[in-house]
Amino acid sequence: MSIQIPPAALAPDTLDSEEEHGVGLWRGAFRRMRRNPTAIVGALIVLGFLLVAIFGPLLTSYQPGSAEWSGQVTPTSVPGPSENHWLGLDRFGSDMWTQLVYGARQSLVYGVVSTALGLTVGAALGAIAGGFGAIGGRFGTWVDTAIMRVVDIMLAIPSLLLAVSIAAVLGQNKYSIMIAVGVAQVPIFARLLRGSMLGQGQADYVLAAGALGLRKRRIVIGHVMPNSIGPTIVQATLNLATAIIEVAALSYLGLGEADPAVAEWGRMLVAAQDRFDVAPRLAILPGIAIAVTALGFTLFGEALREALDPRTRK
Amino acid sequence: MLRFVLRRLALLVPVLVGLSILLFAWVRALPGDPARSLLGERATPEGIARVNESYGFDQPLVQQYITYVTALLHGDFGSSIQTGQPVMDSFGERFPATLELGFVALMIAVVVGVPLGYLAARHQGRVLDTAVVSGSLLGVVTPVFFLAILLKLVFADKLGWLPTALRQDPRVDATHVTYFYVLDGLLTREWDASWDAIIHLVLPALALATIPLAIIVRITRASVAEVMNEDFVRTAEAKGLSRSTISRRHVLRNALLPVVTTIGLQAGLLFSGAVLTETVFAFNGIGQYLFEAIGQRDYPVLQGFIIFIAIVYSLINLTVDLAYGVIDPRVRTQ
Repeated sequence: MSIQIPPAALAPDTLDSEEEHGVGLWRGAFRRMRRNPTAIVGALIVLGFLLVAIFGPLLTSYQPGSAEWSGQVTPTSVPGPSENHWLGLDRFGSDMWTQLVYGARQSLVYGVVSTALGLTVGAALGAIAGGFGAIGGRFGTWVDTAIMRVVDIMLAIPSLLLAVSIAAVLGQNKYSIMIAVGVAQVPIFARLLRGSMLGQGQADYVLAAGALGLRKRRIVIGHVMPNSIGPTIVQATLNLATAIIEVAALSYLGLGEADPAVAEWGRMLVAAQDRFDVAPRLAILPGIAIAVTALGFTLFGEALREALDPRTRK
Repeated sequence: MLRFVLRRLALLVPVLVGLSILLFAWVRALPGDPARSLLGERATPEGIARVNESYGFDQPLVQQYITYVTALLHGDFGSSIQTGQPVMDSFGERFPATLELGFVALMIAVVVGVPLGYLAARHQGRVLDTAVVSGSLLGVVTPVFFLAILLKLVFADKLGWLPTALRQDPRVDATHVTYFYVLDGLLTREWDASWDAIIHLVLPALALATIPLAIIVRITRASVAEVMNEDFVRTAEAKGLSRSTISRRHVLRNALLPVVTTIGLQAGLLFSGAVLTETVFAFNGIGQYLFEAIGQRDYPVLQGFIIFIAIVYSLINLTVDLAYGVIDPRVRTQ
């Protein structure tokens, strides 16, 4: 479900605008993003989400999954907004707002951990494959091919289904979803970084560095790597959106956190299903929370990509 | 061309072999005893031993793997531990459901997405464009299952216009030949059965269509916008061709290349989305089958499912690559 970027689109090799003469790649990108309303909206949503997730306990006086008011919930009615519960109660008699706030924490942790896992493993594999591929020679090509074959195997299954299979095999525990969603992202990062490293390997500055007598290993680590990492970072931002949706999807399929005291957006949706007729907000609120959060990361990621893309600089 | 096809098919072999080893090792190495889960709480040691023996779980791993692959090569994907039904038979009944659903969803996405993307590119920066772009963004970030739940809530539960679940009303007395329910009705001249299958398809297909739709809109828009700035379009304008001729013969024809690739690449999304959509609508396809298998730790089904999807998915990707060669002559010469 992730949006992939062609590596060439982000090759950070031209800084031709006069205004930005002498400005570094990331600083220039930051300046462009400050002027882009889409980027600002995205950043604000992401910031809001982070604040809610981090300072969640300060925003509510209740505990998640307390089911304190379960006596008020009947099959035909779930108490709506009131003085004490401004979003009403949930299906199990916990405070809805508290559930949503703690759900944000859960999403943040799951999203960040799984994406970090995918990024670390994927980028490491991609860097090794791309590095050895760029160095070339028999051994280099062999390493590159071997790693990419493994990546091919992972790519043979659609990402969400890969995550579902891994989570199903790992069983229902705290870490299985993070690992599953993370591992499913590995091939994306591996391919992306390898592709842009091989692309950079052909650049003039690599040739120049070679002519200056730099060792190949040093060119790859010191020059090719830093110049290739841009697309991977953009992809990581976009993947946070995908990861949050996938985590919710796995929870929805019953593969998530087993502890009922943990609030999780995807599971809130599941629980809401048999109270549709009486209280549609039980499903709508967590659904909107997921969509808005994913929107924030997507807008931010796309603005970042645009800001880093030399072709879109005017 | 033939060499290209053969080479691509040959590349598939190591992927599938690797996948079968990984899957095999993985599923066995992890906790959760299949025999115990089959027999439930009251399992006796003798019962477990009997199940292990009949399913070969007591054999050495290498032996189990060889047996497994040999069977795979003979088209035997194993049998469900829960129902005893061969996995392949279940696929035969259920895969058509997923194909039917995926096909309709993809049709909706293409038929709506390409014109919308084209219009947006033609009216860049205006209200229509902004609306289309924002809409497509919403489509990408809205979880499929959430949208499915909303559609079900509004159009099935509240308004009652469309059925809430299943592929066909159980009261409809339909004969199943191909297990493509819409087609079956047409073949057997049971028109009401076809019609019933169609109305059961509407909501799940709409839910499933959103993400591919959003992506197709965005790619079409970007591609058309890029082609419109090309020199050959300016040349066509300069030589006085009418706007519609330029659109049809020059802009669309060139702009649709990346769109076709994108459409092909939606297969993965459709499979993933189908698992969620089918779960929401109790639509009896392979997604629903996987969902049941997960709940019951049905190893042979899980294994069979993943291998099956990998083969189908790889073949679809191969077809897309080939189609690209047919559409774009430049690819063929490489």
